[in-house]
Parts: sequence; structure tokens; C-alpha cells
Amino acid sequence: MTTTRVSLFRRSHGDRVFRGILTVAAVIIPVLLALLIWQLWGEARPAVSRFGIGFLTTSTWDPVAEQFGALPLIFGTLVSSVIALAIAVPLSLGVAIYLTEFAPSALRQPVAFVIGLLAAIPSVVYGLWGIFVLIPFLKSSVFPFLRDTLGFLPLFQGTIYGPSMLAAGIILAIMVMPYIMSVAREVLLAVPGDQREAALALGATRWEAVTSAVLPYARSGIIGAVILGLGRALGETMAVTMLIGNRHEIAASLFAPGYTMAAAIANEFAEAVGDMHLSSLAYVALALFAVTVVVNAGARLLIWRVARGSGAGSSAL
Amino acid sequence: MTSATAAGSRRRALRRIRSNVMVGLMLAAVILAVLPLVLILATLVIKGASSLNVAFFTRMPVPAGEVGGGVAHAIVGTLIIVGVASLMGLPIGIAAGIYCAEYRSSRLTWITRFVADVLNGTPSIVIGVFAWTLIVARQKHFSALAGSSALAMLMIPMVLRTTEEMIKLVPNSLREAALALGYPRWRTTLGVVVRSTLPGIVTGSMLAVARIAGETAPLLFTALGSQYFSTKLNQPMAALPLTVFTYATGPYEEWHRFAWASALVLILVVFLLSVAARLTIGRKRHG
Repeated sequence: MTTTRVSLFRRSHGDRVFRGILTVAAVIIPVLLALLIWQLWGEARPAVSRFGIGFLTTSTWDPVAEQFGALPLIFGTLVSSVIALAIAVPLSLGVAIYLTEFAPSALRQPVAFVIGLLAAIPSVVYGLWGIFVLIPFLKSSVFPFLRDTLGFLPLFQGTIYGPSMLAAGIILAIMVMPYIMSVAREVLLAVPGDQREAALALGATRWEAVTSAVLPYARSGIIGAVILGLGRALGETMAVTMLIGNRHEIAASLFAPGYTMAAAIANEFAEAVGDMHLSSLAYVALALFAVTVVVNAGARLLIWRVARGSGAGSSAL
Repeated sequence: MTSATAAGSRRRALRRIRSNVMVGLMLAAVILAVLPLVLILATLVIKGASSLNVAFFTRMPVPAGEVGGGVAHAIVGTLIIVGVASLMGLPIGIAAGIYCAEYRSSRLTWITRFVADVLNGTPSIVIGVFAWTLIVARQKHFSALAGSSALAMLMIPMVLRTTEEMIKLVPNSLREAALALGYPRWRTTLGVVVRSTLPGIVTGSMLAVARIAGETAPLLFTALGSQYFSTKLNQPMAALPLTVFTYATGPYEEWHRFAWASALVLILVVFLLSVAARLTIGRKRHG
């Protein structure tokens, strides 16, 4: 009788201790996020109270005169990400559709694996390769070709430097492609086989089955995959820092150097002159954080709508 | 009648051609997608391999402009920074992952999982700024520990999610059998559930280590980098990714050579870790 009571007591005691330890670990994570927001806000506050929301819409960046405006950074972040998506989305969707719908089954896993390796390459290695291989190539052949054929557009006019918005966009495209590809693939794998079979039974070609039955079903998940890629592109730092040219300017030409929010923090934070400069960079970090939270939350909602229950997509996230 | 069927069969042929053209385009997309990987790896080997010798791993850098030397300080620095980050990040990530998988109905699980997703999408440079405000700004000097903390914070959400996913795959009958045999809850979790998913958890941890080993942005203003050999956690420390960045953007030919060699070493380490990890997962799923 007594032994039972003792063992029961000990059992619940062990459980309580165990659960207590795990709870501490689980609580640390929300606490870290709260601390992150608090610290960023604290560091950014002088700049926020001095420049207000106008910080995001003005273009002066003068550490000596302590005048700061982040518009060129926001512009550069958006433009480089849009270039990246314009290139990466068709490519990664093509690969994802091919791998789920058309490829011989022996090819599916290996190709997905190899493209997944692209995601494992560190950003700084992309930057290194970009400086010494991609930029010389773009400068000698791609950029002159674009200027000759599409030069009537302001986007492709002006001096060709090498380091530029377009170079950064292209390296970003290579970097976000594996993310979009793998999430899109998970989403497409979650589409029930009946969808395809029904379309094929009605006499659709395989491509028609994809466009009429598979893609509509997976649409919100695929949009989610693209937005997730956007989130990656917005916050990508090293490769962009090394290729974009780092100039606080808004230029119409994609051949001109630019700057992004992440690149400005990377370049200037360690050597910031004065507290207002640091505070302004923290303001930029806060804005970047806010944007990526919104973008990622949107992406996850869309992916969950398709992949709910099947567990698809979650491993890629 | 006959012309109608002729038109019909022509349309069918056109539709089939269109389908084939699209498949061809997608095949081209696959080739275009794999091409950068091949090109990057090839350049790394061509430009980096010739600089890999004993001196590269064992010697210190020589003054700019001179030939020779190595990056021993950065290799040791990366091992220390990543090692300390793993010591902080892995236990927290794994424990929180077990919590989220084992106490699914708890409200804390919902919050923690949501926050982990938010942190997973947060740019690593922002985490770097956070570590700077928390540690560097207070201590008034750069330190390897600040770098490790930033990397640990990047690891935690990744490890949490893989641990949770792995544990969720354990069938409930296993838990029930252990509990029915009179095992207390904590022994069921540790001795049965976690034990049976240990390979998966190890895999997830390796992937997380591989990912942070190449991270540069969060180290820029925390560990900062250094020209000297240092093992002190409260001092600036060199790291391989920082070396690649500094040498690649520097003006000297010799530096560029070292940048390529360092990048090659970095990517070999990262690839070995992630390939080994993925192979374990693959074997587990098929077996």
C-alpha cells in the first residue's frame, strides 16, 4: 500500500521536473523574440523620434551631418527582390512541375536533392563567385547585349559598372530558387491524384491536366512558396552586399549600383560614426524585421491552406 | 463531317505538340537550375584546390602583399564559434521541440511554434543587430560569444521544427504501450519516443550546424573577425566566412587566392554535413 503511494508520488514528481525543464526551453523562444523587438526598438528610438516615419520616404544619407533617410535602401531591397523573383519564379515552378508531374521517377529525388544543395551554399560563397565569375561575365556579354536590344527602356541604359542592381538580382534569383522550388514541390505533391486522373480521363493532354486541374488546386500554396522566396530575398545580406555596388542612390537603370537595407546594415554597422548613425541602422533593421514578419506570415497562411493536414510544406519551412 | 474530324485531329495534334513543347521548356528550366551549382563548384575547385596545402591549415596570415601563410586562426575560430553556438542552441532547440511535440494541446506550444516560425524567417543580419545590442553594446567590445549567441538564435527554431516533426512521426501506440507498462511520462518520452527518433534529431542538428557554419552576416559586428590567433570567447575572433568576405573584397591577388581556398574548405564542411544528414533521413524514410 505504502509502496504504491510512494511510487505514484515519485512518478508525478519526475514528470513535473521533466515538464518544468522542457517548459523553460519552450518559454525561452517567445522571450527571445520579445527581447529582440524590445532591444531593436530601444536602439532605434532616437532615430524614430528624430526622423519619424519620414525616415522611410527621404533619401539623404549623411552620417557626418547626421541626416538619415532610408528610401534608397527600401527601393533597392524591393527592386533586387523583384528581379530575383522575376527570374526565379518561372524557373523554380518549371522545375517543380517537371519533377512532380513529368520526370521519370528515377530522376525526381536526385534532381531535387542536387537543387537542394544550392540552398546549402553559404551566402558569402555566392558573393565570392559573383564578384569574380558572374560580374565579369555579365559585364562582358549580358549587359552590353541587354543595352543593345532593350536599350530603349530606361532600365537598360547608362554606364555599365559591373556591380549593380541587376547583378544582385541575378545572384538573389539563384539563391531563392531552391526555396521556392522545394516548397512548390511539396505543395504539388499534396495535390490528390484524382485531380490529375479526372482531367486526363476527360481527354486532356498531360500539360492541360497540369494547367486545368493541378495548378488551380495548388494555387494558393504556390503563391505562398513565391512569397516565402520573397521573404528570403528581402533579408539576404552577404551576396547582395558584395554585388550591388553599395551606393545610397535611386537610379532608373538596373546597370547602376544600388543598396539594400540588409547590405547597409552589414557595411556600416560595425563602423558607424556616432549614435544617430547606429540608431538609424537599427531603425532600418526594425523596418526590415517588420516587413519579413508580415511577408512570411502571409506565405505560411497560404501554404497551410493547401497543405493542411498532409504535413506537406512544413518540412520545407 | 470529314473536314470537321480533320480539324479535330489537327487540333489534337496541336495540343499534343503544345504539351511536348512545355515539357521541353521545363526540362530546360531543370538544366538552367542545376547549372549554377555545377559552375560554382567547378570554379571553387579550380581556383581553390591549388592553394590547399599544409600551410593553409596550420599557418597564420602573412602581412598583405607577401606570399604564403594560412588561415589557421579562422579555422579554429569557426570551430569555436560554431561549437559554442551549438552548445547553446541545440539543447534549447531540442528540448523545446520535444515540448511542442509531446504537449500539443498546451497554449505555450502554439505560441512557441508560431514564434519559431517568425524567427526562422527573420534575416540573419537582424539577429546580428540584436546580439550586438544585447552583448557588444553592453560590454563595449566585440566578442566571439556575441557571435555564438547570434548563431545559436538562428539554430534554435530550425532544430525545434525538425525535432518536433520527427517526434510527431512516432506512432501513439508506442507511447501507450510504454505508459501501459507503468513507465512514467518522462521516461516514456525520453526512453521510448526520443530514443526511437534519435537519428532524426541528430540529422536535424547536423543540418542546423551546417547552415550556421556558413553564416557571415550575424558575425560581422559581433565576432568581428581578427588577424590573430585567439581562443578567448570575450575577444574578437576570426571565422572562415568572415575571411572569405574580407579577402574577396580586398585588393590583393594573394587575398583572392585565399578567399577561394577558404570558400572551398567552408563548402566542403557544409556539404559533408548536409549530405550525411540528408542520407540519414533518406534511408530512414525508405527503410
